Amino acid sequence: MPTVPAGSWPEPPEGVPASELTWAEVIAPRGATSKVLARGTSLRLRDVYGQACAHLLLYNAAEPWERLNVADTVKIPWQAYLGLGHPLLSDQGRVLATVIGDDSGRHDALCGGGPAARARFVNAAAKHGLEPRDLPPSVSLFQGVRVQADGSLAWLGSAGPGCAVTLRCELPLVVLLADVPHPVDPRPEPEVTALEVLAWRGESTKPDDPLWTSTPELQRAFENTADYWEARA
Amino acid sequence: MIEQVVGACEPWSAVVPAASTLRIVDLEGNQAVDFLVYNAHDTAERYSAPDTIVAQGNVFLTAGSVLRSNLGNPLMTVVEDEVGRHDTIGGACSKESNTLRYGHHTKHQHACVENFLAEGAKWGLGKRDLVSNINWYMNVPIEEDGTLGIVDGLSAPGLSLTLRSEVDTLVLVSNCPQINNPCNGFNPTPIRMIVAP
Repeated sequence: MPTVPAGSWPEPPEGVPASELTWAEVIAPRGATSKVLARGTSLRLRDVYGQACAHLLLYNAAEPWERLNVADTVKIPWQAYLGLGHPLLSDQGRVLATVIGDDSGRHDALCGGGPAARARFVNAAAKHGLEPRDLPPSVSLFQGVRVQADGSLAWLGSAGPGCAVTLRCELPLVVLLADVPHPVDPRPEPEVTALEVLAWRGESTKPDDPLWTSTPELQRAFENTADYWEARA
Repeated sequence: MIEQVVGACEPWSAVVPAASTLRIVDLEGNQAVDFLVYNAHDTAERYSAPDTIVAQGNVFLTAGSVLRSNLGNPLMTVVEDEVGRHDTIGGACSKESNTLRYGHHTKHQHACVENFLAEGAKWGLGKRDLVSNINWYMNVPIEEDGTLGIVDGLSAPGLSLTLRSEVDTLVLVSNCPQINNPCNGFNPTPIRMIVAP
């Protein structure tokens, strides 16, 4: 359930005044939610009990036909596995969000969410005027999958309770979240536990941040994002 | 029966009726063929790379691979493959992603997304209908630490693959115009498309 207003959430992250919280919600197992977040917002997802699987889709809230592109997200950094510093890229050569905190390291950008996540995304998207055509492949957090040399998939699963991932919104975003089992979870009746969602106001990544210049590709993605936003804002 | 040569860097599309086959021939070798497929009667049902990967438990496409839709339904099956391995992770090149990889001086260059948009528009498809695609003849290995590569293709002149439609499908193709990496041997070349009942 959501905590409204978000500032009444009892345990803000360290260093974050409660007054800066803009979203506080616990997604029940097999539930879903969505929110529009301002550029610069920090979004922290926490697998409180160790069996959450956070399926995630992101859209540019200003022009939602610009959306998460998992192919560019893995191709541009030459890295199939999401982790600290990884950009979540749109189809327009821009950064939707960056991973600025990750103590799980077990995520997936190749397998999507399967029918359970799709069903929840259809409804969550509809509440933002988006249709099934607007659902691209999604990423998921907290349940890892690895690719073997022959291309087959190996299940890693959870890194344990309490792991959190923090994303920084580099554009205003429509965020869709579903907490359902990963589609390659090998257990006959996969357990799912609650997902905690907190967001607080902040700044988008700036040129003096080491992340900005961490690679030439990411620097150009940040420059494209700033160029776009400064022209239209 | 349709038999057409798609020139270097050009788009192509066709309806491939259920039970018909589509044969793609890499005429000069080492040519990536970017490929999307839709249910011809409801294009909101379209190829899904993740559903395809999950159902076969493997990220590479080859003979026997079933191309699944976002609803999990079979759209096409790879019935013959002379190459052995194809990519469905790397997606299509775009003018925008080219600026990231190769720099802003490449923004003017032609790209697969431009082909998909232009060819898709003929069938009422738009940007929202473009999703992670297949790259026939492209070789994208994943190393143990997750590092991806786009390396020299496994293809050679004249090698082909054949797909069978499981339902009436609409196929969109971009004969990849990328000149900045080895996926086309830095030299895009023609392909042949053959639709047979």
